[in-house]
Amino acid sequence: MCTTCGCSAPDQVAYTDPRTGAHSHGDGHIHTHGDPHGHLHFPDHHHDHAADGCGRTIALEQDILAKNQLAAERNRGWLAGREVLAINLMSSPGAGKTSILERTIRDRQVAAPIHVLEGDQATANDAERIRSAGAPVLQINTGTGCHLDADMVSRGLRQLDPGRGSMVLIENVGNLVCPALFDLGERARVVIMSVTEGEDKPIKYPHMFHACELMLINKIDLLPYVRFDVERCIAYARQANSDLRVLRVSAETGEGMDAWYAWLLGHFSVAKSRENARRRNGTGTLDPSGQAAPSGA
Amino acid sequence: MHELSIADAVVAACAERASGSRVIRVRLEIGALAAVAADAVRFCFDVCARETPVEGAELEIVEIPGRAVCRDCEGTVALSMPLGRCACGSSNLRIVAGEELRVKEMELA
Repeated sequence: MCTTCGCSAPDQVAYTDPRTGAHSHGDGHIHTHGDPHGHLHFPDHHHDHAADGCGRTIALEQDILAKNQLAAERNRGWLAGREVLAINLMSSPGAGKTSILERTIRDRQVAAPIHVLEGDQATANDAERIRSAGAPVLQINTGTGCHLDADMVSRGLRQLDPGRGSMVLIENVGNLVCPALFDLGERARVVIMSVTEGEDKPIKYPHMFHACELMLINKIDLLPYVRFDVERCIAYARQANSDLRVLRVSAETGEGMDAWYAWLLGHFSVAKSRENARRRNGTGTLDPSGQAAPSGA
Repeated sequence: MHELSIADAVVAACAERASGSRVIRVRLEIGALAAVAADAVRFCFDVCARETPVEGAELEIVEIPGRAVCRDCEGTVALSMPLGRCACGSSNLRIVAGEELRVKEMELA
């Protein structure tokens, strides 16, 4: 186990309901640190290479993140079956993820019940803020872990139990590096920047901006007081992702938040109409890539 | 430091398929655009492999260079990060190689 920052063993991950203070720890099924119950079997490609000499070589041809990917697809199916829209929000610490969520909940412009999964290494402070804003929330403390993974979200979703037709906003651990790599089963990924950060963050951390479909530039009410070139920031971000959508918002004043709500609702109606179509046709699952463009905004 | 999760997944995948045998070599493919530092994986691998059938195995990492195709002129662009510009000036690129993150094979004793 890495003592500086590395990701936790499952029993270090804690799930806290801020209403009751009740918390639980991941049991052996949550993650796969040599977990003997991790019954995931892959197509058996193995064959011997006689020419290799003494050892027996087995071809695995397996994605390293296959287990996370499988858990993410399971989450996606679970969410689709309930017509629940899940969005993964990522940023560096302090960009304003929680403030944006609080404002989104308080403004009540999104016509669906909002639930929140809060990811932090420690404390239930953010979950408290979300609860005060009026939304059901579950805090996931990752311990030393630097990102949420699909198993944590799976367990979190089941505890949070979002009703049919609701929305789950997942606030990932504040980190512009690791969370980019882990599919949680969300429909869309959003990266949040704030004008108090360097405008070149998109090219310093290009993987994150490459992995997201929307960038929110937050704290625009502070633009008169800081040296931040919005256009340059957007140009940098589009170097990493030419399809990236950008919205300028202030969670403090509410400026620009309507466009964010319209974007969320656009995705929401896509999620609903797809599930309805699936039910009518009685066919397979939703497109797991979740690539459909929302109609709103 | 997600490399610990990566190394852990590699060890788990190999141990599961080793059927009780000892693993002496593991070969990975890591793309230059996969956001994974090979050295960090190497460091974590030994830690994660402790007390598993993978303990002591040699880790071989094949790094795959990043490559994109320009959506505007169809030209090929070499990338070391998931951003760049084609010779034609466009940054509208489609990554075609370098995002690999695979356990290719392992050798059993």
